[in-house]
Formats: sequence, C-alpha cells, structure tokens
Amino acid sequence: MNEYQYWENDAEEAASPMDRRRFLQTTGTGIFLFFKIRDVSFFTQEGPGRALQQNLPSDFNAYLRIGEDGRVACYTGKIEMGQGIVTSLAQMLADELDVRIDDVDMVMGDTDLCPWDRGTFGSLSTRAFGPSLRTAGAEARRVLIEMASEQLKVPAKDLATEGGVVFDRTNTKTRIAYAALAKGKKIERHLTDPVVVKNPSEFKIMSKPLTRRDAREKVTGKAKYAGDIDLPGMLYAKILRPPAHGAKLIDVDTGEAGKVEGARVIRDGDLVAVLHKYPDVAHSALSKIKAKFDTPPAGVDDRSIYEHLLKVAPAGKVIASGGDLTVGEKGSTSVLEQTYFNAYVAHAPVEPHTAVVKIEGKRATVWASTQAPFGAREEVAKELGFRTEDVRVITPFVGGGFGGKTAHRQVVEAARLARLSGSPVQVAWTRNEEFFYDTFRPAAVIKIRSGITGKGRISFWDYNVYFAGERGSQQFYEIPNHRTTAYNSSWVGGEGTHPFATGAWRAPGNNSNSFARESQIDIMAAKAGIDPVEFRLQHLSDAKMKRVLQTAAGKFGWKPAKSPSGRGLGVALGIDAGTYVASIAEVEVNKGTGDVRVKRVLAVQDMGLVVNPAGATIQMEGCITMGLGYALREGLHFKGGEITDVNFGTYEIPRFSWLPKIETHILDDENSPPQGGGEPAIVTMGAVIANAIYDAVGARVFELPMIPGRVKEAMHRG
Amino acid sequence: MEETIRFKLNGKPASVTVDSDRLLLWVLRTDLGLTGTKYGCGESFCGACTVIVNGEAVRSCQTSVKDVRDKEVVTIEGLAGNGGLHPVQKAFMEHDALQCGYCTPGMIMNAYAFLRKHPKPSAAEIVEGMDDNLCRCGAHNRIIQAIRAAAEEMHGGH
Repeated sequence: MNEYQYWENDAEEAASPMDRRRFLQTTGTGIFLFFKIRDVSFFTQEGPGRALQQNLPSDFNAYLRIGEDGRVACYTGKIEMGQGIVTSLAQMLADELDVRIDDVDMVMGDTDLCPWDRGTFGSLSTRAFGPSLRTAGAEARRVLIEMASEQLKVPAKDLATEGGVVFDRTNTKTRIAYAALAKGKKIERHLTDPVVVKNPSEFKIMSKPLTRRDAREKVTGKAKYAGDIDLPGMLYAKILRPPAHGAKLIDVDTGEAGKVEGARVIRDGDLVAVLHKYPDVAHSALSKIKAKFDTPPAGVDDRSIYEHLLKVAPAGKVIASGGDLTVGEKGSTSVLEQTYFNAYVAHAPVEPHTAVVKIEGKRATVWASTQAPFGAREEVAKELGFRTEDVRVITPFVGGGFGGKTAHRQVVEAARLARLSGSPVQVAWTRNEEFFYDTFRPAAVIKIRSGITGKGRISFWDYNVYFAGERGSQQFYEIPNHRTTAYNSSWVGGEGTHPFATGAWRAPGNNSNSFARESQIDIMAAKAGIDPVEFRLQHLSDAKMKRVLQTAAGKFGWKPAKSPSGRGLGVALGIDAGTYVASIAEVEVNKGTGDVRVKRVLAVQDMGLVVNPAGATIQMEGCITMGLGYALREGLHFKGGEITDVNFGTYEIPRFSWLPKIETHILDDENSPPQGGGEPAIVTMGAVIANAIYDAVGARVFELPMIPGRVKEAMHRG
Repeated sequence: MEETIRFKLNGKPASVTVDSDRLLLWVLRTDLGLTGTKYGCGESFCGACTVIVNGEAVRSCQTSVKDVRDKEVVTIEGLAGNGGLHPVQKAFMEHDALQCGYCTPGMIMNAYAFLRKHPKPSAAEIVEGMDDNLCRCGAHNRIIQAIRAAAEEMHGGH
C-alpha cells in the first residue's frame, strides 16, 4: 500500500526534516503532497529488484506541488534518457489530478529538489513508480475538493473537477481554480480513507498517444546535456589512460604538455590529467605526454573467453526445478545438447559519460549524465570527504543510457580534478574512453540438454547459464521435468572472471537467456517436424502468452510449415519486466557471404495498462532496432585488458540501411497493472533472427553476434 | 597559428581569434557557446556533430575552423527562421523521430542538407543519405518518415 502525508506549507510534520526543509526553501508556497512507494510486489525481478528491495527509502520518494500559479510540479529522482517518462509520468499525474498536461512540470533527477531514488532502470518507472504517482494525484484531487467544499460552501459530493478547476455540478458557475486554493493557508490534513484512482474508462489523458513533451527543445538544440554545461572559470579535463585494463603507470613525462599555453597538468598518484579552457586543446596537450605502462601479458581474448569463463565459473545454484530429469531423459526419443555463446556488448550511447563538478567550500554541485543521480551523489561525497547532503547532483537530459549510465566513474574523476585544481571541471569521455570504461554486457555461455518424446512433447529441460545473469533464464513452457541452474547469478563477474567491468545492459541477462532458450525450442520443433509456432502453442498453458503468440502469428500472416522451410521466417517468445512478447522475423541470407538481411520484424506485447501508447510503441521499435546490433554485429574485440574496438569503425551499431519493416502491436489489457516497456521487445531479437536464419538455409548459429563468417560456417557445417 | 577567422554563422557575421587549426566543433561549442552541435565519436563515424557549410553537410569534428573562413555556417540553432521551426524540425516532432535527442541535431542538419539536393526523395534515397548518421535509441524508421513528410511539406523548396 501507499502511504501519504499531506500538508500545506507545514514544516512540522515532515517525514524527513532535512529534505523537507530544503525542499520548502527552494519551492516556496503551494500545496504539497508527499508519497512513497511501499508495495514491494512490484520488485519481483531478479537483479535490480533485489537491490531495490534492500534500498527502499524509509522516507517519501516523490512529491508533487500545486503552486499558486496553478502549475503542478512533480518532483522525482527518475531521469529522462529518451525512454519518454517525461511524457508518460506527466500523463498519469495530469489525468488523476484533472489538470491539463501542459500545466504539469516534471522536475527530475535533482538530488536537492527531488527525493531519493535508486535509479532509472529495470523498466520500473511506469510499473513501480507510476501507481504511486497516480494515487498521489488522486489524493491531491480529493484534498482540493475538500478545500473547495469549505470555500464554496458546497458539499463535496456535488463537486467535480476539470482542467484545474473545482466546480459545482449543480451550478457550474460556482467554481474555484486549484491555483486559488493553493494560496497558502497553513492547514494540516490527514486523510485516512482509501484513495481510488480512475478506471480506464474515465481516462482523459492516459492511454492516449502523446508525442514527446521534450521534442521542441531537442529539435532546436536547446536541450542541455551534461557536456553543454559551461561555468565561469570551468576547465575541461583530459585524463591519461592506460593501454589496457590492469596496466600500471611506471613512468610519465608531462613536460611538453605543460608548455601548451593555458594548460594545467595535474598529477595525483596514478591520475594524470591536462586541464584547459578548451577541451580540444586539453586533448592535444594530453597527446604530448610521454608515459610508460607496465601491461600484464594478455590472458584471454574474444575467442578464448568462453573456455576461460567455463573454467572459472563458480558452483551452480538451482533457481527452478520440477519433476525428475532422469525420468524425463528415459522417456525421450531424442536428446539434444547444445551450447550457446554470446559476446561482450557495449552500451554505446551516442552521448559518452560526462560530468561537471563545481566545489564551493564544503559544498559541491554536479551536473552528470547518469541514470542514478543519488548514487553519483554518494560517490562524489565519498571522494571529496563531504557530507552527502552537501553534494547536489543535477541531471540534465541524458543522451541514452541502456544501463551503462548506472556507473559513473566520470563523475568521480571530475570531482577529484575539481578538488585538485580548485576550478570547476568538466570531464567528457571520448568515444575511445567510452569503449574502454563501459560496463559491458557480459560474455556468457548457456548449456542446454533437452529431450522430446516420440509424440513431439518436450520431456525434459536441463538449463545451465554461466555469467549472463538469471533474468529470463526460467522457461515458461509446459515441461514435466526441468531444472534451471545459474553459475554466477549476476551480470557482474567476480575477481578473475571478466577482463574488464561488466554491468546491466538493457534487459540484463534476458537477451542471452532468450537467445538460448528460444533457439533450443526451435531445434526441438524441427526435430519433431512440427511448425515452430504450433510447437510452442502445444507447450504453453499460460493464456496470456498463448494470446500474444497467436496474435503475432495472425498479424504476420504466419502459415504453418516445418522448419527449415526456405522462407526465412523465425519466431521467438520472451518475458521481461512483467511484459510478454512474441516476435516474428523474416530474413534473407546471402548464401555466398553468410550476410543476413532482416526484412521484417513484427512484435506483439502484453504490457498491462499502457499509459502512453505512442511512447510504448516507440520503445518497442527502439528495442527491435537496437536488438539487430547484438544479434548481427556487436561483439567486443579485445586482447586481455586491451579493448581493440575504440570507435564505431570496428564496433558497428545498427544504421538506417539495416532497418527492416517494423510492425508492433500492444494487446489491450488495460485492467491489468502496467508492466515494463523499455526492455522487453529486445530480448527475443537474437533468437528470432537465429531461428529465421535456420528456416532460410537450414544452418543453426549458436553464437552471437551472427556475423557473416559465423553464418557461413554454420551453413558448411550443415 | 592564432589568427582571426571571419565567417557567417547562422546568418550573422562571426569572427573568432583562435589557433586556426582548432576544430569547428569545439570552437562552436566552447568559444561561441553553440552547444546544440554534439560530440559523439570525434572521428566522423556518427554524425552527431553535423553542421552545414555553404549548403553542404560536414562533420564539424573533422573540420578546422580555418576551413570555414568566409563561408556560411549553419548550426541547429540557426535552422529555425522568423517563421518558426524549419519543416524538418517540425516533422521530427510530429513523427516522434527522436528519443534521447542527442543525435537529433546532427540528424536534422544532415536531413536538411540532403533535402536541398533531393527535394523529392524516395525512401531508399533517404536511407542512403542518412546512413552515416548513427542513432542508438532506434528512431531510424521514424526519422525516415519525418524526412519524407518534411519533403512534402517543403514542396521541393527549402
């Protein structure tokens, strides 16, 4: 349940005196409604869910304000990185509160103004934060009606609201604007009755497609990102980087760099940097530094990594099981044993990690491209030895995150250099640095043994995942005997595992797991000689998943055939962040080169209530497009700790000419709670293309990315 | 070598006294405060830094400031005229052809230059003309739709 505290300009009842005092200082008068998320049932996913449960705030974690000017502001620690919550969260609030959406201001990711938040990831903003925001909006509306009832001397039951005005239903000339009600009397109210949010049938703003609210700023170049922050006296820092992870600086000569006019060289232990008022001059001065590093011999590389990971894998942990594998195997006419691999993948947002830090006395102000401003605040406070509350992190627009901006090394670097130099400092990574310090999606190995009976039923399923993470590893088919074992449950490896940092990458774990699972299901369907859509339907009991798949097959115009049919059609299913997805793809394979052209991708999802159908559709399209990358081309090249991909020349991300025809459908399920939207439709992309390749040429590719050489090799293998 | 470079910037005379080998991207962003033009890769792979020089789309991360001497430079800040947003900007808004928005100025500037040369483009021509501009959020198909719509709106003009 959600718990509320409501008061008007009252300084006594704060759940958190510190935050509230600062909040009121900054925001002045108005009606404030503070609320928090207490329903942990939203946090059922592995990974971030667990972390969130442990870190749920003890205090309120959002509030809204109705100002004397009638504007409604929502303060949240969530950030906008393209996913569109600047629109969808405002839609929820405006609808419940009965104000125009244009009157809602979203104040996001500012640690002085906004309450604590763990971070923007895990497709949690709508499904976890959204319900609380809606309830808060509904509560605020009821408070306004009560206040209006007193002022207008009209019973509350006769009052209605519309467009920021309370009016008497029986005499519509009797009315008062929220703005007028917000003119501060010092009243404290506690409302105890349960709050009722609107039914979907009452929605005026929610569930209607809205274009992005931040588009005008973004198409005119006015939108500010961290690198666009310019402060008086600010210096741009360029930092000396090692040639490889694990390399130690043994000698450095900064003499020539120091001669560059206006350049300041800073050395503090292993940190060597050049600061200048122009970033390009700092960059060229940095290149004059002569440094020697002791680089450890390259151990693993992008070819030997899988063998290495299997060797160092920790003991397995069974995370799901049922029936008896031995019994299942005995009843099988075919046993299929396969190993799936996928490479390290970069987040590669077009905006590299950037931060600006200004220190004044014992206070610091930070502008950062981050998905977790409060985490960045902690790190800066620790680095500077400041109290957490003396550090303010402001999050401007973030130029893409995808999980990669939950790590903020660049913020700490800027803080350290600001302290050492005594000037405000901007650290904006180059693309090369972005490829070096990214927290990559981990390379992973998945081993599956499964069997089918003579009647084409899956008899057993023994699933073993190494290093991808648990998310998406649990299968959802009707299989009597099954076991899922995770060796290293997280996307972060331990000491001696990955040669560089790894982390959460859009739908972490689920891309790797869904690639393996849905490939293996297809292999069994082909073995059984059954159409892959039909085979899946025969093994599904979940009505929601069946409906998603049947809708996809119908919309696509799927005609049953056993694979390989030569048509180049593939299907794959997945569940992520509570959302069910079915994808169907059509590909063309160049038999000479192994090059794969994806011609058409259709995705259907059931994500419960959809707040902004336009935004949800765009997220699905983005998932499909981004998914083409890890499926077909993206695999990091490295030798030991040296990352040999340093730019987009060798690390290819999807471009216009790759784009298939994309069709998306969202099932009508408005009476179910909203589920995740930013990640689900990407998880099926590896398997749906692999299965379509098999259908086209009868060749099974077991490793992502499916570069032409790998596809050709699979064709030769037959 | 430090020298004074004069050029036309967004329709107005501009001059900077700088080392003329410095790159246009950084001179625009820092010396001139026009931060709409973005850094994405520094090696002309991504197009986030695209600006217009004498009607041509160029990568400002690979263009020295001396190369624009006496030329006309247009950045995203200069695209909207007195009559409001340029049709390409409007079409990007109407088609939701952006997400994080970071590649957007480069996309729009490249599209603007493309449409000057291809006033009635086919979808295939748009793909070819935009293929060297990278977007990580996956707005590609909507960008193509936006450029088609802008072309129609402009009736072959610019």
